[in-house]
Amino acid sequence: MDKGNGCSFSAVTSTAIISSVIFVITLILVRVLFVIYCSSRPMSRRAQKPVSTLIILGSGGHTAEMLDLLAVLQKDRFYPRFYIAAATDNMSLQKAELLENSLAAEKGTPITNAGKFMKIYRSREVGQSYITSIWTTLVAMVHALWLMIKIRPEVILCNGPGTCIPICAIAFVFKVLGIRWSSIFYVESIARVRRLSLSGLLLYKLRIADQLFVQWPRLQQQYPRAIYVGRLM
Amino acid sequence: MGDREEEEEGRRRVVFVTVGTTRFDALVSAVDSENVRKVLAAKGYTHLLIQLGRGSYLPTKSDGDDGSLAVDYFTFSSSIADYLRSASLVISHAGSGSIFETLRLCKPLVVVVNEDLMDNHQSELAEELAERKHLYYARPQNLYQTLADMDLNTLLPYSPGDATPVAKHINRFLGFPDD
Repeated sequence: MDKGNGCSFSAVTSTAIISSVIFVITLILVRVLFVIYCSSRPMSRRAQKPVSTLIILGSGGHTAEMLDLLAVLQKDRFYPRFYIAAATDNMSLQKAELLENSLAAEKGTPITNAGKFMKIYRSREVGQSYITSIWTTLVAMVHALWLMIKIRPEVILCNGPGTCIPICAIAFVFKVLGIRWSSIFYVESIARVRRLSLSGLLLYKLRIADQLFVQWPRLQQQYPRAIYVGRLM
Repeated sequence: MGDREEEEEGRRRVVFVTVGTTRFDALVSAVDSENVRKVLAAKGYTHLLIQLGRGSYLPTKSDGDDGSLAVDYFTFSSSIADYLRSASLVISHAGSGSIFETLRLCKPLVVVVNEDLMDNHQSELAEELAERKHLYYARPQNLYQTLADMDLNTLLPYSPGDATPVAKHINRFLGFPDD
């Protein structure tokens, strides 16, 4: 008799556990779908105050294009500004610093208040073996998580380098968990005429970017949810 | 400067070859080949200046005293803007930075694609701009033919781009008022 009761009790418990797990997974799925839906639509309210902005810089051409975009964004709306570049990329942060310092000089504000600059570990260097890449990718993800917890930006601007993927993925998770709602804007590089880059493709297909901009019309035909904006350079 | 030197400066027409930070020996050796140098000299160019980048192929320097092309080279420079500005013709690898820096200066440009590169998305940009007649597009093997056949008068100037459409979209999306 006791044995019978014991068996049915554990049966109920395991059913309860399984049901709870399914319930939680369903909740998460619904929340994810809701986040994706909301991300695709413009913010419903008029912006009342400046938005903290994270700018992800990549090597060479990527940085040049990003600086072109920053030149036309209203600096008092996108404030404070945080810049992240790969640890091995020395030029990009320098260029951004130049921009911020000249802005500060124009306005007469102290240079210490001009943008904040950070370096992030790269998931993988060009030519690095795939075995060691697993470790470095994990380190990069943890580092990205650390930086994102500190910054929690409301707006993320990126245009292609691999460094943006861990950060955008974490931003998406933060959205789902309600930690911070970041609007993610991705501008595909001018060098991409017929095919999206891997970063662009991931952010497009997984619907992680709120808006994805392309600079050539053929890309917009291929990827209808992308927005064609002509050349930036 | 004496009269003769000034005259030489005025007749100086430089072909500037750049490979950026890459290594592109196929382009350098194609440019260094005898028939390319001959066709450039025939078209009135006087100097050939090659930026080698990380390449290992070294061209043959020449003073050009015998009426042929004067050839010189260097590896890197912190900024190639001055070299681009003083060039009459630019032959470049397909990096978007080099391409747009040259087009912004309204210099005639021949882009050569490096077929040894693994993921050659760079050729998409060069092909598209060639289709729109902003530059000539070649591979190292047909560089001579492209240079021989080209008519720089058919090239169209490239109008600089504009980042304000992107800024407008971003502002509207975030709920900022239009300026």
